Amino acid sequence: MPVKTKKAAAKKEVSSSQNSKSMAVPKLKFNTGWEYAPAPESASHIKLKDRYDLFINGKFVKPSSGKYFETINPATEQRLSEVAEANAADVDKAVKAARNASDRYWKKMPAKERAKYIYRISRMIQERAREFAVIETLDGGKTIRESRDIDVPLAANHFFYYAGWADKLEYAFPNRNPQPLGVAGQIIPWNFPLLMAAWKIAPALATGNTVVLKPAETTPLTALKLAEIIQESGLPEGVVNIITGFGETGAMMVNHPGVDKIAFTGSTEVGKIIQRAVAGTDKKLTLELGGKAANIIFDDAPLDQAVEGIINGIYFNQGHVCCAGSRLFVQESVYNTVLRKLKDRIKTLIVGDPLDKNTDIGAINSRSQLDIINKYIEIGKKEGAEFFQSGCNLPNKGFFCRPILFTNVAQSNRIAQEEIFGPVLAIQTFRTDEEVIEKANNTPYGLSAGVWTDKGSKIFNLTTKMRAGVVWANTYNKFDPTSPFGGYKESGYGREGGLHGLSAYTTL
Amino acid sequence: MNVVKERIVIPDFRLSPRVDQVGQEERTSRFTKRSIKKETKVEGLKLALSMIDLTTLEGKDTEGKVKQLCYKARHLHDSYEGLPTVAAVCVYPSMVRTAKKSVGDSGIKIASVATAFPSGQASTEVKIEDTKFAVDNGADEVDMVISRGKFLAGDYNFVFDEIAAIKEASGDARLKVILETGELVTLDKVRRASDIAMYAGADFIKTSTGKIQPAATMPVTLTMLEAIRDFYYNTGKMIGMKPAGGISKAKVALHYLVMLHETLGEAWMTNQWFRFGASSLANDVLMQLVKEKTGLYQSADYFSID
Amino acid sequence: MDFRLIQHFNPFFTVVKQNRNMAKALEKNSNITISENGIEQPVSNKRLEVLKTYKIYIGGQFPRTESGRYYVATNSKGEQLANVCLSSRKDFRDAVVAARSAFKGWAARAAFNRGQILYRIAEMLEGRKAQFIEELISQDVSKAQAQKEVLTSIDRLIWYAGWCDKFQQIFGTVNPVASSHFNFSVPEPTGVVAAIAPQDTSLLGLVSVIAPIIAGGNTCIVLASESKPLCSITFAEVINSSDVPGGVVNILTGRVSELATQFASHMDVNAVVYCGEDANVQKDLQTKGATNVKRVIVHKNINWFGEQGQSPYFILDTEEIKTTWHPIESIGGGGGGY
Repeated sequence: MPVKTKKAAAKKEVSSSQNSKSMAVPKLKFNTGWEYAPAPESASHIKLKDRYDLFINGKFVKPSSGKYFETINPATEQRLSEVAEANAADVDKAVKAARNASDRYWKKMPAKERAKYIYRISRMIQERAREFAVIETLDGGKTIRESRDIDVPLAANHFFYYAGWADKLEYAFPNRNPQPLGVAGQIIPWNFPLLMAAWKIAPALATGNTVVLKPAETTPLTALKLAEIIQESGLPEGVVNIITGFGETGAMMVNHPGVDKIAFTGSTEVGKIIQRAVAGTDKKLTLELGGKAANIIFDDAPLDQAVEGIINGIYFNQGHVCCAGSRLFVQESVYNTVLRKLKDRIKTLIVGDPLDKNTDIGAINSRSQLDIINKYIEIGKKEGAEFFQSGCNLPNKGFFCRPILFTNVAQSNRIAQEEIFGPVLAIQTFRTDEEVIEKANNTPYGLSAGVWTDKGSKIFNLTTKMRAGVVWANTYNKFDPTSPFGGYKESGYGREGGLHGLSAYTTL
Repeated sequence: MNVVKERIVIPDFRLSPRVDQVGQEERTSRFTKRSIKKETKVEGLKLALSMIDLTTLEGKDTEGKVKQLCYKARHLHDSYEGLPTVAAVCVYPSMVRTAKKSVGDSGIKIASVATAFPSGQASTEVKIEDTKFAVDNGADEVDMVISRGKFLAGDYNFVFDEIAAIKEASGDARLKVILETGELVTLDKVRRASDIAMYAGADFIKTSTGKIQPAATMPVTLTMLEAIRDFYYNTGKMIGMKPAGGISKAKVALHYLVMLHETLGEAWMTNQWFRFGASSLANDVLMQLVKEKTGLYQSADYFSID
Repeated sequence: MDFRLIQHFNPFFTVVKQNRNMAKALEKNSNITISENGIEQPVSNKRLEVLKTYKIYIGGQFPRTESGRYYVATNSKGEQLANVCLSSRKDFRDAVVAARSAFKGWAARAAFNRGQILYRIAEMLEGRKAQFIEELISQDVSKAQAQKEVLTSIDRLIWYAGWCDKFQQIFGTVNPVASSHFNFSVPEPTGVVAAIAPQDTSLLGLVSVIAPIIAGGNTCIVLASESKPLCSITFAEVINSSDVPGGVVNILTGRVSELATQFASHMDVNAVVYCGEDANVQKDLQTKGATNVKRVIVHKNINWFGEQGQSPYFILDTEEIKTTWHPIESIGGGGGGY
């Protein structure tokens, strides 16, 4: 109905139009009408072997035990390949190869030549980007859109960035002449297999160390493809060794006396085990562990963009992200509006075949992880939290989970305290800045936090008060090779990325 | 779906919601990553065709030009069966009578620009006359421009009242309000202008006149769609959206449809509530449709230009 | 009848006077013979080389100098190598316009992107090593030294490619001011830089001057070595095929004595870099530069082959430092501040 001019001028009232509840307006419909036809990424051009051996001393060698284990595609439960299981003898071989390479040539090589190998690796990843993206998606369940647009480019860029530091270390730390530590033993998780390999290998090599890397048991393939690139690049034998196996393989590496430095990314529980294991030795240690990040929306935030940031914060990579914004705090005055927008946005998220270019939320990495997530969903329901999920269809094979919201959550709920590592968002309201700062910090974790507000001085109030290693203001889940990443408290210590990321691998 | 609330409270436009540009650009970039193929693509292309306002707004327009344009509107590509017609033809008020006659009983609407298009720099009386002239000559839709100068100077009451007056002068014709987002520059201002237009009586909000750069962009359109969404939830009233200018490729039109679909949903996916203000888009969409049918990449030589 | 035949060889010019005998041979055999280094060879066996015309590089294009003038590049024996453009002040003017127009886009690129482009220049130069070595040899450099010069130039480009997204972390700071403000200082490119490349080397000096300037986000106009100008134009071709946007690097050949004063006095140039030891040139640059308070950077007696030939401080030379303040309101519980 058109509003008449004179009456309009008289009737203009100042009011927050957000909470008028006079009549229920029919909800918008998103899952009907124009449906997107399947748009699968082509996988015909990739080269995947039926079996992979261990990459030690520049060659693929058989495991001493002769044992292999399968790796499957979590979206279809189909076998992709099998990889070797490294035992103590293999770990020893790898560490010795790394030690040998370090002592005989890698430490002595002019830094600018070291840099050139790392540049080559970066450029080769770029050349084979699509193949890496497809394999990453098949092996881990993450969507092709994310592996293609985020994981692989960031990994290539990480190598490129650190290659540049190799011959510039004398500028990095005033009054210091940084030296390599020697052999670095590195254990990486299954949520960003290639990217985590890049985060570990690149700075280690740039600072003159050699590496033994153990990828996660459910996602070994892109690390092994990286081994192929490492061979092609001409990187001298033994400088990078990649050994596959289960948790035990990692433990053997941690305990091996020939390793000078351990870098671990994974759960807080295992991080503590490793810290105890190296206690009393001279091994250097950095840990990047779990998190339960607070993502805070103030009433003056640009709401639609904040909602997008919340969605990215928790549903990116199926929520398998240590820095996921899993605890949403919404200022109560905008709660209804934010919730409405969140629900509308969730309805447009497509869960499905990770290899389909239109899929937003791919497969959960493994059955065991899906079980954990489902367990927490039950806990949340039992604790009295209100449960909302989109109505989208799920494939009938594979490990899948719809994106979920829990509202009416309190800080004392288990789902607000424990890391779920899945697409589950716990929403609490708050009233004042003081209150939300206190609640955001009220956790043993301290990896990341998010703040959404239009007011500059409030942004900096929040960012200075958050006890977290990475604080995102008006954005979320942004990563860059130049930007240091790491946690406070039980989220670990040490930083990866940027200038700060060099110190973990050098003497200072 | 239009369940309008009894009491609509007009907000203080100075307090209109903020929009984060970087966030907006990230969201729109995700829309462009959607892969629209096969039957989805054909459906989308046909839908896009039916949403076009075929436009000619040149100083040198004549009756002859407009007649030919209207013929094209009715016969986009006769060799391809089952094509929809465009939604409307868009012309200057002086050409409305000719256009109305030329479209006959095809169902194609006549949209007329008005209110001293494109600058809007004239007295309110002149603008009302301009509108009445167009409507009297048979325009089904009126595309007006807001007074950007008044808006940027902060005189929101003036802008509001002018829109309401033009809405009254339009009678039964549906009113599209052109914000000229290229002159508003920031997304915060686009949001504010959108809200003013909707509360003042617009049936459609439209990005641009097409006479300056930048014209329609995805972040601007998304901002306006979000304004429409909030307005819908606050009042129960549906408002239409028309991005105009700068959309000449079918691929881009499909991205806009994805954006529309994921922001407002099914109800808006018709030419009743969404239009493309375009002239050369139609032929590119036709080329893509023929390519989908034959499997061969097409040449412009095979598609009539009128 | 005397004919003068001018034949072009590789890239030496040989003037051959066809004498009467040869003219007779011409009539008899209808087969022109020519003398190459004193040995007669029938023309039909010889494939004539296409010689390069050395133009200048402005705005991503290779125009000739608008003045139409040239000078002859010679080697130490006085032998002519090529006709090279004698650039004028108008060429410089045009180059500054191109550089200014390219500056906004180049400075706005992600630092990482600039790094990738510098790396690409290195890739392209590596691919054309042989050509540059040959060109250096023709300009009186020994083979071993020519190889060293080309390889050092490539490695230098890679070195600076690595700095593009790191110098900010060395030279930028967060400043712990006493009031409740977030205060940070960042380096920003100064703008358009006019540079006079070192005279002694044809390639290395040029590369050593260009790389830090563009790594920092500036655009530049560079005057090549006057006596050894050839590699500068071939290097312009390398830049042109490396995804470097037009106008980011502009290269002129000509006389220092004519152009230095233009470099110094142009009002739309933000900084001037001079690599040389001539005190008069330096004074002229600094005096004329004062008209718009140009930053004048002088590099004297640098051994470009050594460690002192590269430094992140060369990047800092053409950067401004911008400090920003923003209040931090203080509400709620403890710990932390900037």
